[in-house]
Amino acid sequence: MKEKLVVIGNGMAGMRTVEELLKIDPDMYDITVFGAEPYGNYNRIMLSPVLAGEKTIDEIMLNDRQWYEENKVTLHAGKAVTSIDRINKKVLADDGTQESYDRLLIATGSEPFIIPVPGNDLHGVIAFRDIKDVDLMLEAAAKHKHAVVIGGGLLGLEAANGLMQQGMSVTVVHLMDKLMERQMDGPAAAMLKESLEERGLHFLMQAETESIIGKDRVEKVRFKDGTEIYADLVVMAVGIKPNIKLAKDAGIHCERGIVVNDTLQTFDPAIYSVGECAQHRGIAYGLVAPLFEMAKVCANHLAKMGIGRYEGTMTSTKLKVTGIDLFSAGDFIGDENTDELVFQDKARGVYRKIVVKNNKIEGAVMYGETIDGSWYFDLMRDGTDISEFRENLLFGQAHLGDSGHGDDNRVAMMSDSAEICGCNGVTKGEIVIAINDKKLFTLDEVRAHTKASSSCGSCTGLVESIMSHTLGGDYSTAPHLKPMCACSDHSHDDVRAEINKGQLKSIRAVMDAMEWKSSDGCSKCRPALNYYLVCKHPEAKIDDNQSRFINERAHANIQGDGSYSVIPRMWGGMTTPQELRAVADAAEKYNVDTVHVTGGQRIGLYGLKKEELPLIWKDLNDAGMVSGHAYGKALRTVKTCVGREWCRFGTQDSTAIGIKLEQLSWGSWMPHKFKMAASGCPRNCAEATIKDYGVVCVDSGYELHVGGNGGIKVRVTDLLCNVESEEEVLQYSAAYMQLYREEAHYLERTAPWIERVGLAYVKDILLNDDKRKELAERFSYGQSFMQHDPWAERAQGSEAHEFTPMKVIKKQAETV
Amino acid sequence: MSDWIEVGQLTDIPKLGARVVKTGKGDIAVFRTAEDKVFALADKCPHKGGQLSQGIVLGDKVACPLHDWKIELASGTAVAPDDGCAASYPVKMEGDSIMLSLTADQGCPNT
Ligand code: SRM
Ligand SMILES: Cc1cc2nc3c(=O)[nH]c(=O)nc-3n(C[C@H](O)[C@H](O)[C@H](O)COP(=O)(O)OP(=O)(O)OC[C@H]3O[C@@H](n4cnc5c(N)ncnc54)[C@H](O)[C@@H]3O)c2cc1C
Ligand code: SF4
Ligand code: FES
Repeated sequence: MKEKLVVIGNGMAGMRTVEELLKIDPDMYDITVFGAEPYGNYNRIMLSPVLAGEKTIDEIMLNDRQWYEENKVTLHAGKAVTSIDRINKKVLADDGTQESYDRLLIATGSEPFIIPVPGNDLHGVIAFRDIKDVDLMLEAAAKHKHAVVIGGGLLGLEAANGLMQQGMSVTVVHLMDKLMERQMDGPAAAMLKESLEERGLHFLMQAETESIIGKDRVEKVRFKDGTEIYADLVVMAVGIKPNIKLAKDAGIHCERGIVVNDTLQTFDPAIYSVGECAQHRGIAYGLVAPLFEMAKVCANHLAKMGIGRYEGTMTSTKLKVTGIDLFSAGDFIGDENTDELVFQDKARGVYRKIVVKNNKIEGAVMYGETIDGSWYFDLMRDGTDISEFRENLLFGQAHLGDSGHGDDNRVAMMSDSAEICGCNGVTKGEIVIAINDKKLFTLDEVRAHTKASSSCGSCTGLVESIMSHTLGGDYSTAPHLKPMCACSDHSHDDVRAEINKGQLKSIRAVMDAMEWKSSDGCSKCRPALNYYLVCKHPEAKIDDNQSRFINERAHANIQGDGSYSVIPRMWGGMTTPQELRAVADAAEKYNVDTVHVTGGQRIGLYGLKKEELPLIWKDLNDAGMVSGHAYGKALRTVKTCVGREWCRFGTQDSTAIGIKLEQLSWGSWMPHKFKMAASGCPRNCAEATIKDYGVVCVDSGYELHVGGNGGIKVRVTDLLCNVESEEEVLQYSAAYMQLYREEAHYLERTAPWIERVGLAYVKDILLNDDKRKELAERFSYGQSFMQHDPWAERAQGSEAHEFTPMKVIKKQAETV
Repeated sequence: MSDWIEVGQLTDIPKLGARVVKTGKGDIAVFRTAEDKVFALADKCPHKGGQLSQGIVLGDKVACPLHDWKIELASGTAVAPDDGCAASYPVKMEGDSIMLSLTADQGCPNT
């Protein structure tokens, strides 16, 4: 018989857990859910836009009743659980319904805090928590004029804004002298207050409510200093308290919330708790991002996978008042050990402050323009070293020479028809519609449904900004360490650490040892695992062709029409009449459609049939040419200029350096493609400063440059150091490539890798003579197994099945 | 049905791989999964015609090489949220021989 899971609370955390569980193992439990509210599960945070008239209740339903039926989840809506009998493992609801459980999940959320003043029970005094409250507010707005909102925090301001949109005259009463003091510093709070006042809200600051006055319905609010104001509606938004009564009565250990461990279990291991009612490592959260992470881990544990751990969440805040942008995260006040970077432009209504400690972001608060909020948040979560771009940090991502993002970084002002994802032609409007209609929460969901950001990924930041704009809350926030894909809960770093212990020698072994959730992995993780294994064990023949993308499997690039391209190496961009003749002969012999001089200083032949590949490779091999790996996550090209040999400005032999670099490194598999260049002088005709590794010859020797990228998002290299000899140029490059090979995530080019780990880190290692030498040795050890021309092997018949049809059926069999 | 044609041996296809059978009416991709199940689909992705035989096989699905749509090997339907289908063809094993029928299963017009 199936085990029984009972869930108390059909709110956001409880149902998210159920959804995650169904994803992992839909048949594991008989699931029963009790919900005190008489609906399915809705998106509570969207109550604010509902109140403001920007959305309807129907639009914010997440799981309607039909969903429960389709997923065979029994829903007792409108029934509140009144007691838990832990001895007999049963729960009892207010209407007498009983259910027994094997495992129980308490997700009762929290209750609004109602300040204990006389009159707080009068008609027209309400909180802002659920659909019922919104209905009452809309009803009051239709009949009455004056509203008082007690509490100038996030919730209070959203309530006040909504009521104002509904035509009421609204006064916000706040105990402190600053609005949203927990999320804003002084200047930002002042700017916020000013613009809300401009829109018509009234404020009473530092006002302590003494009583609420009225006969039957509220009429006035009275303050400690004796003043009174009219009120037909009073909304209390002064805070929430975790809803722990049930758990407490059942003898489960509670403090402020129900105390849970890293697997979301309470002190009774059969009972779990997630959401606002839970207290984890001393914190009871009040935002959805943590709940979603808890839900994932809890579901994982319920499904007996038992590998996930919840370790707390860094949260950030946005206010969902249309037209007002503010963002805050982390410690934005700072102390004597932190630096403050501040930018303020009163006239434009823009303010941002970033708190920095040891070149890492500790917190940020922004007002007016918040487009960079998610970027700062990422830098903060990942602990990125910002010293390299500290002077431009305040001006945002668009000012990092980030031409790919550049102008369109102002998502909020973009028109609906603006194209966001250039790869898949997805507009802003389409993304917004998909988020709203399909109730998308995560970046992965938006990718799956719209295809935006699913190809080259350069628009990811924009898509995330659109999401947080559309959704309000900070949904896009992924857990601190992102799992490498949906098949696993482990990050790239975790997986590599495990592989680097050396025991695991096949993709299957990694998947088994690390409890992969899908049988064969997916197109994201399999190529990554294959690379990590090949990198760790170059000598063992574990390379799994079936886990490589078609280009690397076929050693040629697949084209849109199913044909392939062939690009042989031309070392350091040099060629000879013989090579050119061989290329020309091959092009004629195989009826090549297009001969192109590529951006990598060599010649590409396009439009070949797969069956012909081994034949043309044979011809090219015969002329001494080998694979150019234009298809691989591998060393691509080394561009050079003619240098000292010919050029009147040349200082060193850049061409020879380039050829040596290419001979050193060809054949090496990398996390992503890797390009080099060598220029003969700082005029830099070979564009060495936008390459993964660039050499610029100078009179005194060589400048070594790292981390450049010329593609989607142009990044100029960082100077690593100056060296005097060719040997050093080669040794540094080998060591640098090996460090990148060993530490970068799969599909992470050197530019984002260096931004993630910091130039200082890379320098520390490479400028250390011992470490550099060891890395260079490991590189050449690996190369001793890699430098076999894959074309030659295949031209001689290996992997023939890849290049031939299994069968050709000439005459069509007659069919009836 | 009488139109079964032997197209090769199980071992002709690598595990988690695919081979092509060329026919007068177009290419058919024949897949082999990790558990040695064999499936056949029109070698044409419902998205933009990518050759499914060149994709990566995952479980009972194949990821198209061009834009990574996932297609169910048994039915040829694209995995939601993508929408579309590639025709599937009956296959059966006789010993180690793979027998293919060139009469597509009903339900998907994209042969
Ligand atoms: C052939 C070539 C264009 C040409 O005809 O000139 C080319 C063709 C492709 N490039 Fe490129 N790139 C070519 C030079 C470049 C350059 C210029 C260079 O290397 O100096 C760049 C910018 C420099 C850089 O990479 O930093 C470049 C940046 C890209 C990018 C963006 C990479 C990035 O990190 O932002 C991609 C997409 C990717 O790799 O994910 C890409 C991807 C591609 C792919 C592989 C797209 C694909 O997956 O099918 C194209 C393969 C066509 C084919 O079948 O050969 N190509 N590509 C050039 C091959 C050079 C060679 O001889 O190997
Ligand atoms: C107006 C508003 C705006 C918000 N905006 C944001 C935002 O922008 N960003 C953000 O991150 N967060 C926001 N929040 C907070 C967010 O909504 C909550 O953090 C989240 O809903 C908590 O989820 P939960 O499942 O823990 O609790 P809930 O969603 O409250 O779910 C708990 C459910 O359990 C039910 N229940 C309680 N006791 C029982 C019982 N004994 N038996 C049966 N059922 C019971 C309750 O009726 C409720 O439906 C907002 C909240 C509100 C009210
Ligand atoms: S980089 Fe210098 S050496 Fe090379 S061509 Fe330009 S000017 Fe001449
Ligand atoms: S052609 Fe198959 S995914 Fe685009």
